[in-house]
Amino acid sequence: MEFDVNHLIEFLPEINLAFMQTLYMIAIALFVAVMIGLPVGILLFVTDKGLFWENRIINQVIGFIVNMIRSIPFIILLVALIPFTVWLVDSMIGPTAASVSLSVAAIPFFARLVETAFRKIDYGVIEAAIAAGGTPWMIIKDVLLPEAKSGIISGITITVVSLVGTSAIAGTVGGGGIGDLAIRFGYYRYDDTIMITTVVILIVFVQLIQLIGDKIAKVVDKK
Amino acid sequence: MITINNLSKVYRTKKGEIKGVDNVSLTINEGEIYGIVGYSGAGKSSLVRCINLLERPTTGNITVDGVDLTTLKSEELRQARLRIGMIFQHFNLVSQKTVFENIAFSLKAARVPASKINDRVEQLLEMVGLSDKRDVYPGQLSGGQKQRVGIARALANNPKVLLCDEATSALDPTTTKSILKLLKKINRELNITIVLITHEMDVVKEICHRMAIMQGGRVVEEGKVYDIFASPKEELTREFIESVISFELPETILKKVSGTLVKVVFKGEVAGESVVSDTIQKFAINGNFLHGSIDYIQEQPLGIFVMELTGGKAEIKKALDYIGKRTALVEVIRHGV
Repeated sequence: MEFDVNHLIEFLPEINLAFMQTLYMIAIALFVAVMIGLPVGILLFVTDKGLFWENRIINQVIGFIVNMIRSIPFIILLVALIPFTVWLVDSMIGPTAASVSLSVAAIPFFARLVETAFRKIDYGVIEAAIAAGGTPWMIIKDVLLPEAKSGIISGITITVVSLVGTSAIAGTVGGGGIGDLAIRFGYYRYDDTIMITTVVILIVFVQLIQLIGDKIAKVVDKK
Repeated sequence: MITINNLSKVYRTKKGEIKGVDNVSLTINEGEIYGIVGYSGAGKSSLVRCINLLERPTTGNITVDGVDLTTLKSEELRQARLRIGMIFQHFNLVSQKTVFENIAFSLKAARVPASKINDRVEQLLEMVGLSDKRDVYPGQLSGGQKQRVGIARALANNPKVLLCDEATSALDPTTTKSILKLLKKINRELNITIVLITHEMDVVKEICHRMAIMQGGRVVEEGKVYDIFASPKEELTREFIESVISFELPETILKKVSGTLVKVVFKGEVAGESVVSDTIQKFAINGNFLHGSIDYIQEQPLGIFVMELTGGKAEIKKALDYIGKRTALVEVIRHGV
């Protein structure tokens, strides 16, 4: 194994671009995952047995779709979604195109994490809100979301970390990003310098996200 | 104020059907503090949850302030719940919201205009003695303070009824006393009917006017707290009363006693009278107090004494008849040898 500093310097612009692409893909996928996954997570929770919008059919249909998407290996999902991606962004390669399938994969992942965060809420608190005459909407807004806030932030952290890993696979469709760089140069071309650098970048990046995520989750918690 | 009519609540579990509440009928009058006592699993918690339909009864109905809750649609039920406050054993406050926001929730549910919420919350905080905790999170409060917030939240919309689900069971004795005092004040000053479920008999003794004792989902005994303490009918009721007023005599004392052991219960004004000394003067017997106390239930004295009577069998019988005529209850625990 060899580490060539000059080679690294020469490659810096490319690494920089790849890192920006990674950030770009993660940002889009995370945004979509939160915008859609959060309501889906809420729906999964409040339509479950014993909750105020208990509805077996809705709960099971959403649950099935969520499980189905989550059970498809990402690389297959990526290929299967090509027609949808082309229709949506008019392209099937590049970071933007990769963001589509990353988002689709991240939505059910995050939705389950949101649901889990809600399940950790003491049911008595929800019961008290019902007894106080709170409307379902009020209970979601003023009880469920605040009580699960810290858990939801942890869920965002986990989603971002998982997206860092998944985005590497997006390189298969020319998605770009750090992970893609690691595979193309480090793995296929035995370029140790690039492989070590990209892996170190990924390690540091993930550690940072976890650190910041944990910190925020702790700070917002008033318990 | 509250009428519970042939109410049953059946839970379906893997092991089959369990009757949480089994055909209970109760009437709770306006302005009354009503206690429901029982061990855990007796069905008291299910019963109180049926009163505001947190649990829907399997059969039977509940009428609160003239409205049969079981017939209401969800929005009507929500409106009805605004008039039924509830407090809980573990307070159930939203931990991520301040005291102010927790109380404001109830007012928002009643669509009180935002401009009026502030004044009302402050008024409520003053009533429960927490004016200085307005912007504090529940995590920074003691158990007693949390329950006070719970009470403020429950009373925000001037309810007619307050349901208390083991509201003092997680509190220490001193805090329990102060919360009971507050509940008493609320009952008196705001004329709110209070239904209180508990496994602690002292709570009932302290503040309830009437009570029911539950076991296996059924009400086994019901009546005025004073009457139940004075003359319990069921074994379970006795057990509960003994948890607060115990007359167990030490084994060593029992061995020494050779006369007739009797328990005498004095009620109301009679408690002050010298029934015992009259008896001893009238009959050729001797009396010896072994145990006794006068308790005040609803500010009425209730005296319970255990004594040993010695003398001729015939005289003792006459003396017992005499005491029986003048007191609420005289009961022979053990005949003399």
